[in-house]
Amino acid sequence: MSEAVLVSTTVNGDVVEFACPTDEVLLDSLRDRVGLTGVKEGCGTGDCGACSITLDGQLVCSCLVLGVEADGRDITTVEGLTEDGELHPLQQKFIDHAALQCGVCTPGFLVAAKALLDRNPNPTETEIRYALAGNLCRCTGYDKIVRAVQASAKELNKARR
Amino acid sequence: MPHDNSYTGQEFKVVGNRFARPDGVDKVTGRARYGADASAPGQLVARVLRSPHAHAKITKIDTAKAERLSGVKAVITSDDLPDLTGGDRGMADILENCMARGRALYDGHAVAAVAAVDEQTARKALKLIKVTYEVLPHVTDVDEAMKPEAPVIHDWVFTGGVNPQPTKPCNVANRTEMGHGDVDAGFAQADVVIERSYKTEQTHQGYIEPHACLASVNSDGSAEMWVTTQGPFSYRTVCASLLGMDLAKLKVTSSEIGGGFGGKTHVWAEPLALALSRKANRPVKLVMTRDEVFRATGPTASTSIDVKVGAKKNGEITAAELELRYQGGAFPGIWGMLGCMTGFACYDIANQRSVGWDVIVNRPKVAAYRAPSAPMAAYAVESIMDVVAEEIGMDPVDFRLKNVAKEGAQAPYGPIYGPIGIESALNAVKENPHMKVKLKKNQGRGVACGFWFNIGGQTCVDLNIGTDGSVNLAVGTVDVGGARSSMGMIAAEELGIDYEDVKVHVADTASLGHNDTTEGSRGTFSSGMATIFAARDAIEVLKERAAQMLDVPKESIQWENGTASATGAENSNLPTLTLKEIAAKSHNTGGPIAGHNEVTADGAGMGFAAHICDVEVDPETGLTKILKYTVVQDAGKAIHPDYVEGQFQGAAAQGIGWALNEEYVYGEDGRLQNPGFLDYRIPVCSDLPFIDTMILEIPNPNHPYGIRGVGETSIVPPLGAVGNAIANATGVRMNHAPMSPIRVLEALDRAGVSGDQVSAG
Repeated sequence: MSEAVLVSTTVNGDVVEFACPTDEVLLDSLRDRVGLTGVKEGCGTGDCGACSITLDGQLVCSCLVLGVEADGRDITTVEGLTEDGELHPLQQKFIDHAALQCGVCTPGFLVAAKALLDRNPNPTETEIRYALAGNLCRCTGYDKIVRAVQASAKELNKARR
Repeated sequence: MPHDNSYTGQEFKVVGNRFARPDGVDKVTGRARYGADASAPGQLVARVLRSPHAHAKITKIDTAKAERLSGVKAVITSDDLPDLTGGDRGMADILENCMARGRALYDGHAVAAVAAVDEQTARKALKLIKVTYEVLPHVTDVDEAMKPEAPVIHDWVFTGGVNPQPTKPCNVANRTEMGHGDVDAGFAQADVVIERSYKTEQTHQGYIEPHACLASVNSDGSAEMWVTTQGPFSYRTVCASLLGMDLAKLKVTSSEIGGGFGGKTHVWAEPLALALSRKANRPVKLVMTRDEVFRATGPTASTSIDVKVGAKKNGEITAAELELRYQGGAFPGIWGMLGCMTGFACYDIANQRSVGWDVIVNRPKVAAYRAPSAPMAAYAVESIMDVVAEEIGMDPVDFRLKNVAKEGAQAPYGPIYGPIGIESALNAVKENPHMKVKLKKNQGRGVACGFWFNIGGQTCVDLNIGTDGSVNLAVGTVDVGGARSSMGMIAAEELGIDYEDVKVHVADTASLGHNDTTEGSRGTFSSGMATIFAARDAIEVLKERAAQMLDVPKESIQWENGTASATGAENSNLPTLTLKEIAAKSHNTGGPIAGHNEVTADGAGMGFAAHICDVEVDPETGLTKILKYTVVQDAGKAIHPDYVEGQFQGAAAQGIGWALNEEYVYGEDGRLQNPGFLDYRIPVCSDLPFIDTMILEIPNPNHPYGIRGVGETSIVPPLGAVGNAIANATGVRMNHAPMSPIRVLEALDRAGVSGDQVSAG
């Protein structure tokens, strides 16, 4: 085993500490050490977006970040989208619009879509499609995913008014 | 109890609505557990060593150093997987594909595997295994592999289906021929005869979840495996057979499945995980990398196809011929045969012949991919349909309608069609507003048809009514895209209860009888049928219990809207009993209430689709953009329309990827050049428009609800639809898929078409 470093990080609001080998990617730390298997590995090379998380609010592929880089940072995964037991509107709309089939890409899409709506509450269809172009889905043809994101934006904006 | 599977035309209350899927919350919160998401105490991590050579003799594998590495608990080679297949060629091929036996047959072929205490140690151990290869000549192209001078991959392959059978081995595993009528006489009657050749490249199913399993073999020979699979029962059968285990002692649990599309109907590394666990006496988790998924699992065949069609000036096709060459990877396949069966299936052609060749090359063993073999044959047929229509000056949709297959027509593979939906689909295309959208410069429109058989097969379900009246339904087909929802709706429909009162789960192999693999668009058709029958059996029990409770003969009990009541004027003062009330008293009336059904679901309804595709071709770069896309497909009966539409859209998107981008690229050295999602580019969100859908419902006469499978058909038309749209936009006919920018640009250059000359379609 390679050298391990103690990492202290905040994951979905909770402080988490773990010993992390220096060559381990954050994806594996989150899955194997923190137990958050909602973060999925589809490629390990940053091409599919299934492992999307936010790191200090920025959308990243956790397979391209080392676990030790998470030290002192703030991480949100799909497991952190639910608030007080209530589904985030994106989560609800993905169910309502049948925006998932197999569902393995869904956690990454939700995190990426939330990052989009946080920064752009009124995205056009084209903006949604380009914002989600780093997340691969093989089941849906993206149709219902885009519709679910549009419906979520609408609902979030209604709530803001 | 025997049940009648005939379509009855019953009215639906639950079926046809759009309910939330029961696994939805788990999947949007990250709680759903897929293949790689299970762990066991003391588990080891497995890694597989793979051949870097396309074809090589393995003269020695030295594992001693790896075995001595601290933390390594087991190393296996083919010596640890003795051949127990007893002359079963198909099983022997699976065994050899799982791990090379003296010869590596393709780049990525497994050679050895290790189980170690962690990932890092397992990786290190792989590097310590020393394999001595003697590189052999290789061939990866289907046409090259058929030539007499090609290196012969297997000395035991003698071309089947030819008379007399050759005495010399070669790479052509089999020849299939089918058809009917007199082709020569048919061509003699034609005013126009056109011949064309097409090529399609190899594609991968591209499921986002790599293959993954957790295997645990005990010293007493019992074992469990958690695995992402479309067929837990067939995985059990194959793994148990290869490893010499009793079926009943191997419990296979299918995890949530992150996409399969046919690629998870075959075992790949699962037997290796079991063998490692057996050797190490510890649970072993094996998760493939994306690189391994591309190099060693899945892909569909690449093909080379000749097609010839003769027609009269009035549009009647007088004869048609197909010659299809499919490479099946390093082992014999059935892909040429499936191409023959599907190629002309949308049309009623009196004189037709299809010849299919199955060819062996140094590529991974070809697996089913959504309507396997049909998209390639359809690319050739649907392309030449447009060419012939243009030659005789007929609208391409009218030309298809003139020759369309209807009830009573003969399928290429023999049977006479019952009620089928391709004529309705083409008429719906013709009337669709999409056809009237105006096209601009460099834009074009194409239409194409597609067919897939759909299958039924062995199926069983258990329906258990709880003491509170809620219902558990256990099914043995897996849920790839919302099937639990559909099954719950069917059970609720039959029992007359709310959808929310039914909870469906996918059973493991120890909890339910054998179910065939979830393939061939059979899930909703077959498990739907078994669920209807199981619910009807449960209703018989409910009626009997109600009769006891009301103290009347069972014959006087009727069941309506989830309620039992006694018929006859003498019983008019008796109360009605709900399912919940009967369930609550079940302890007094004979115990638990359940319905079961075991069936070989016959009579799968064929699936037909017609697609409309608009493209814009950039004459400077050759890039084709999909502007608008419409799918029309016959579902028989859409149980949950959202998930039917989802199948149409997903299949169309996969076909579009195949048509425009996706291909395996092999180097001169026989190595795969693009085993990753960066270079093997599946469609991304910004590549596609909304995909419009239209569900036709022409009931399947052989299903109580009229259900046809819907999962596969719509991957068949896109290659032709896109090719036809490109031809319409540019005036240049593409004969090689994917029609990637570089191929389109080359074709435009060859045709002398510059940007200025490309005009509106």
